[in-house]
Amino acid sequence: MRPNGLLKSCILLLPLLFLSACKAEVLAPTGDVAAQQRDLLVISTLLMLIIIIPVMALTVLFAWRYRESNRAAVYRPNWDHSTKLELIIWAVPLLIVVSLGAITWVGTHLLDPYRPLARIAPGKEVGQEEPLQVQVVALDWKWLFIYPQYGVAAVNELAVPVDRPVQFTLTSSSVMNAFYIPAMAGMIYAMPGMQTTLHGVFNKEGTYQGLASHYSGAGFSGMRFKAKATDAAGFDGWIAEARTASKTLDRPAYLQLEQPSENVKPELFATVDPELFPRIVNLCVEPGKICMAEMMAIDKQGGAGLAGTINVSQLTYDKYARRGTRAPILGWDPFQVTGFCSTEELERMLTAQPASANVAPVDQTPLRGHGLTQPGSLFGRSADPALTLALPPVGAATKL
Amino acid sequence: MSTTAHPSAAATSYWETEPHHHPEGASTSLGFWVYLMSDCLMFAVLFAVFGVLGQSYAAGPGPKVLFDLTLVAINTAFLLVSSITFGFAMLAMYEGRQSRMQVWLAITLFFGLAFLAVELYEFHHLIEVGAGPQRSAFLSSFFALVGTHGLHVTFGSIWLVTMMVQIHRKGLIPANQRRMNCLSMFWHFLDVIWIGVFTFVYLLGMI
Amino acid sequence: MATIDHSTTFLLGRLNWSAVPTDPIVLVTFVVVAIGGAAALGALTYYRLWGYLWKEWFTSVDHKKIGIMYIILAIIMLVRGFADAVMMRIQQVWAFNGSEGYLNAHHYDQIFTAHGVIMIFFVAMPFVTGLMNYVVPLQIGARDVSFPFLNNFSFWMTVGGAVLVMASLFVGEFAQTGWLAFPPLSGLGYSPWVGVDYYIWGLQVAGVGTTLSGINLLVTIIKMRAPGMTLMRMPVFTWTSLCTNILIVASFPVLTMTLILLTLDRYVGTNFFTSELGGNSMMYINLIWIWGHPEVYILILPLFGVFSEVTSTFCGKRLFGYSSMVYATVCITVLSYIVWLHHFFTMGSGASVNAFFGITTMIISVPTGAKIFNWLFTMYQGRVRYDLPMMWTVAFMLTFTVGGMTGVLLAVPPADFVLHNSLFLIAHFHNVIIGGVLFGCFAAIAYWWPKAFGFKLNVFWGKVSFWCWVVGFWAAFMPLYVLGLMGVTRRMRVFDDPDLRIWFIIAALGAALIAMGIAAFFIQIGVSIWKRKENPDLSGDPWDGRTLEWATSSPPPAYNFAFTPVVHGLDAWAEMKQEGQKRPKAAFMPIHMPRYTGTGVILAGLSTVCGFALVWYIWWLAALSFLGIIVVAIAHTFNYDRDYYVPVEEVSAVEGERDLQLAKLGA
Repeated sequence: MRPNGLLKSCILLLPLLFLSACKAEVLAPTGDVAAQQRDLLVISTLLMLIIIIPVMALTVLFAWRYRESNRAAVYRPNWDHSTKLELIIWAVPLLIVVSLGAITWVGTHLLDPYRPLARIAPGKEVGQEEPLQVQVVALDWKWLFIYPQYGVAAVNELAVPVDRPVQFTLTSSSVMNAFYIPAMAGMIYAMPGMQTTLHGVFNKEGTYQGLASHYSGAGFSGMRFKAKATDAAGFDGWIAEARTASKTLDRPAYLQLEQPSENVKPELFATVDPELFPRIVNLCVEPGKICMAEMMAIDKQGGAGLAGTINVSQLTYDKYARRGTRAPILGWDPFQVTGFCSTEELERMLTAQPASANVAPVDQTPLRGHGLTQPGSLFGRSADPALTLALPPVGAATKL
Repeated sequence: MSTTAHPSAAATSYWETEPHHHPEGASTSLGFWVYLMSDCLMFAVLFAVFGVLGQSYAAGPGPKVLFDLTLVAINTAFLLVSSITFGFAMLAMYEGRQSRMQVWLAITLFFGLAFLAVELYEFHHLIEVGAGPQRSAFLSSFFALVGTHGLHVTFGSIWLVTMMVQIHRKGLIPANQRRMNCLSMFWHFLDVIWIGVFTFVYLLGMI
Repeated sequence: MATIDHSTTFLLGRLNWSAVPTDPIVLVTFVVVAIGGAAALGALTYYRLWGYLWKEWFTSVDHKKIGIMYIILAIIMLVRGFADAVMMRIQQVWAFNGSEGYLNAHHYDQIFTAHGVIMIFFVAMPFVTGLMNYVVPLQIGARDVSFPFLNNFSFWMTVGGAVLVMASLFVGEFAQTGWLAFPPLSGLGYSPWVGVDYYIWGLQVAGVGTTLSGINLLVTIIKMRAPGMTLMRMPVFTWTSLCTNILIVASFPVLTMTLILLTLDRYVGTNFFTSELGGNSMMYINLIWIWGHPEVYILILPLFGVFSEVTSTFCGKRLFGYSSMVYATVCITVLSYIVWLHHFFTMGSGASVNAFFGITTMIISVPTGAKIFNWLFTMYQGRVRYDLPMMWTVAFMLTFTVGGMTGVLLAVPPADFVLHNSLFLIAHFHNVIIGGVLFGCFAAIAYWWPKAFGFKLNVFWGKVSFWCWVVGFWAAFMPLYVLGLMGVTRRMRVFDDPDLRIWFIIAALGAALIAMGIAAFFIQIGVSIWKRKENPDLSGDPWDGRTLEWATSSPPPAYNFAFTPVVHGLDAWAEMKQEGQKRPKAAFMPIHMPRYTGTGVILAGLSTVCGFALVWYIWWLAALSFLGIIVVAIAHTFNYDRDYYVPVEEVSAVEGERDLQLAKLGA
């Protein structure tokens, strides 16, 4: 059995040798967040190797030493218990898991994607500069990036200045997806009707791959984009270029863009409807449709009563044309709920900042996640209405 | 493992050479319990789903305007009474009084069917006012939970009829007694589930 | 793909000509399968085997025959699932430099979904269930399982599910959603045709079988043990089977209900997992993984049992740390329910939740590690005989440790953020499923084959298969670890970075080696059957085994044991041998046995038809077959004549033959 074991160790080492030569973005990222995640990966591997290597070595050793033909080896057919050994084989892995668990607890909180960055590189604190906000929408099958601070948008092209923290807020138009720039930071899901957050930073200029990492249908493979990390001037130049683009992104244009398409070329938009992203999250880009936030506010008050059975209108105009609206064979035709809110109310609701945006930029003290709010009472919570309005999906999740 | 004290081989038998009576169907009761627990888990999922979605009315009607507590209370009474009458049927079975048992089973069946009728009426009413399972996640989970329970009662009733025919034909033979024990557990189990439904769906929904 | 005609007719529902595949690859496959199938059926008819098969196998309630049929099903489906894997490997080598490869998205997406579904539900599950079915009653000294009819029914339901999944290849399409069919993608809006419906009904039909067989084996182990076999005297394989069946009973109902809710969303338009109208798709992901994680342990635990049996037998030693092995198994069983969220750390649950589930996941590695150490110290100061089962076991120990390590890595949430959904993850779970489950199945086949058929497997072809599999596995999946570290994610059909290609080529070569391993396995079976006279097992105990299944003949008589063994300690058979116990030869008694019945086949057949009708919206057929199920089930309960006694003459004749065999061996 020995050659077998040796062969395996060789095969195991081979990739590691190659890794230094090829582009292992996960192992050699250019963003601080991904670098810290990589560090954790390496530390955990090393910690586990403390036990894995002896086990594999002992396996090979025992397999060889106690082979049947080796009559010199001791043979004790009835030896089946040793308290000392049992203690060791339970305690040593447990100790390793305890240390790994401690690292995990701290690491998970410090690298929580919802947590605003505390540093942009080792030893480099976050400056006074506001983080760059990018609103990300996973469409079928392309990525839409909206820059609310600059009023521009881009499809399948992301430009980011180096050393400036970026706060992504993500959602999806149709199905679940995941947003992943391996060189910058870990991935996070983008889900329809919900909003997730991811913080990251690039430390080195360059063009990096970005991709969809959660299967989302036929065009999924081509749902890639280039993430361009440039210096501040380059970024300003990119913004200026976007502002001169011929296209603009308002609600009708978005509904056009939302239609499924594959392998989409990068495209820039000079202006963006500032309410577009909140409307996408709230699933109310189409005219007349109720926003999730409004719906949830009504639900909070116990629903709309029997009137709630007539505030629906058939989705006839595009029933079979668009993905997402086919009639079930035994049920009702697809319908949508119409909204009740006045324009002003909607305005207030949609411009409310999401809770995760209100967190102080540097928050190093409490090691708890921003993804979950703290539990209120035992049964249900007295939710902050502002939060419910601005963050419907999280509200929905925390009702658990 | 040195738990084994080795008695001398002569004194120890390693094979069961004496004829022994293996009670037939000895495992049925445990098997049926395990099945009930797995069924219980299905209901647990439905309860959990209702817990998650139970307040998502989608700007539609909520429980307060939809449920008629009096009707549900009557319905609950039907089911609970049917459990009691099933209990009487089992007592009659233990006493070996077959015809009395059949009468009690028939009464149980009547209450079971009455329960189903009221439930169907309630569903029909809801769908008619536009509060069908499609209207909101709350209604979806309501219909799924209550409907699954109703389906169980339906199958319980079919089983009950089958059982009555079988007892009529074969009498209270051990096989039939064993089946009656299972059916009785099933019927009471549905009762327990309904108490959960009544409490968490109807009562909690109305406050 | 041709455009799909969504119109429905009364007679055929939405089944129409657009359901017939036009893809040349599928057509060729269809032709090959049709010819092969026709040849097989023709041969069965020509040799007049139908009656024999029906009477002796299909309607059999003998746990041994059912176990063997389960494993045959698993092996057939392994070929299908592996064909899918090869197609993916070729596509991923091909689709570079602007090439779209040879599979379009519609086809490719079905393939990776089908690969996952088939390998888990119709390869690993039948393998495991078949092993438990065959071995557990023998190991506990029982004559059959608690509910023999149910056992037959469960098997045919599993076949029914497999038939539905296979039918999707030639009639319509399979799901293009990934093997767990996450909504909203699996909802009607985004998967409008029959793919997801095939998925749902295939799994539901098979799932009923799995749940019932779980109940059956659980009750069997608790109720049917031989006198004297207390819980702490059960063989380890029986222990792991017990835990596995507890897991099955306590997790499959969750899958069933989750799929029912998805069905309602698709057929009735409810809003459980939709994005609008209050539904919550994250709930589906939670529910499906509450089933899905225990499922992982359902697959691996019985094989841990196999490795324990094999190690202690082939080391000629008592198993080291039996009780800690048992406690470890129980720990894993309990812990497997509180780790499900590690499958979606990236959904944004927040740091405390993620950290909790990450740490519980790591804790599972402690009992698992203890098991590895126990096998290690069983080898220590033993006399290790390298027959095939032991070779697989050592390969497992070396492979699985690596898979376990990468598993713990993925349990660290921040690391998972960069590795989730990547090929690293793919490499990890293939590492544990191939390295654990599949290697274990091969060990088990080599180990119990002589028991089941009365002759040993051919060693040469077994070794060829072994080395092809082991080297092939490492070659196929180590590159995926590397690719994962390069940020390559799963389910990709086309690539643009040419530097990745070399790794995919290595992986494809590995897959080719595995293909040779599978071929060698079939040759091994063929050669062994061909030359079965050369390797007979007359003793019933070819490996110097330690547990009760080796106390009876190979193959065992229908009733397993003429006299029920009495257990006085762990390793009951080893003790009997040590005490020089011979089985009694006189005073046989009639043996109470269950009768064979065709009801299981009929019920499962009707369920399959019902599932097919529901997939295609053929309502009259669905209603009719459902009614048929009810009627047949009720009719079955009117049959009170379900058992018979094997007369004493027959028992003594069978046992007499066994005496002759043993005498021949002694001479």
